[in-house]
Amino acid sequence: MKTPEEELAEIKSMMEKSTRFLSLSGLAGVLAGLYALVASGLAWFWIYFPGSSWGSDVAPLSFKELLNRMLLLGLGTLVAAVSSAYLLSRRKSASQTQVFWSPASKRFLLALFLPVALGGLFCFALIHERAFELIPAAMLIFYGLGLVQASSYTLGEIKNLGFTLLFMGILAAFFPSIGLLCWTLGFGVFHLIYGALMYYRHER
Amino acid sequence: MSVDSKLGYDKAFDHVLRLRIMSILMVNPTYDFTSLKSLLQVTDGNLASHLRQLELATYLRVEKSFSGRKPLTTYSLTEQGRKAFQSHLEFLENLILQNKSFKSSITNKKAENTELP
Repeated sequence: MKTPEEELAEIKSMMEKSTRFLSLSGLAGVLAGLYALVASGLAWFWIYFPGSSWGSDVAPLSFKELLNRMLLLGLGTLVAAVSSAYLLSRRKSASQTQVFWSPASKRFLLALFLPVALGGLFCFALIHERAFELIPAAMLIFYGLGLVQASSYTLGEIKNLGFTLLFMGILAAFFPSIGLLCWTLGFGVFHLIYGALMYYRHER
Repeated sequence: MSVDSKLGYDKAFDHVLRLRIMSILMVNPTYDFTSLKSLLQVTDGNLASHLRQLELATYLRVEKSFSGRKPLTTYSLTEQGRKAFQSHLEFLENLILQNKSFKSSITNKKAENTELP
């Protein structure tokens, strides 16, 4: 064929491409973004509504009630996002008759879930230590790290999403007062944007 | 498919598609037909004929099963195929090294020439 250098480059690129999890659904990213927007809207309402000028007659929630609601809300959002990602990716891989549980998809999940699981534990530690204002930052940073790490096993857009979330996370860590805003932008808006981008590039 | 002992060049790899198939199977224990097709962007017939050639060279193993109702054909490398690919890689590396030493010997000679008064 070509020169040996080109042939080696060809081999390398094929090895790289074939070890990536390509069934990751962009639509799932869009849905996860929407869930996050709804969830942060609710959180916003519960945390800040009583204090705002036009809600002064609403009694603020008790601390315990607020914490319970936030935990349930977080859990619900996580379950909804993960299950739609699973179902939609499963459907995408079936429509392309690919193997869903390929070595690439397992590597992708392992790389993503180690930082995310540790991040979850870390957030519980933050609750325990009453450092609530740092939770949005911690969630963004750990999830961002997971995405950057997992991006070498899947579609390239994931890497940029990861870096964007890391940036939002650091911002939220230095300015905890806008933590919820950063969380909404990161998990809601940017998920939506990158999910749509992936959908138009790879599923149309 | 015979290996030319003088050159170390394996005819099984002289087509880019067969080289790509082998590269994919080197880093994945198994790979299915449809995934190969979508990754390589080739037609069924073209892919099947090259897979057949590699199978005849005993470089890969074929397994047929079902995923739901759709037939699923998966491929994996045989020990022979793995060895053949590795020696092909060594052959390529040697070729590159030879080219380099050849080029550097030319540039050295040129340098010697320019040093002369």
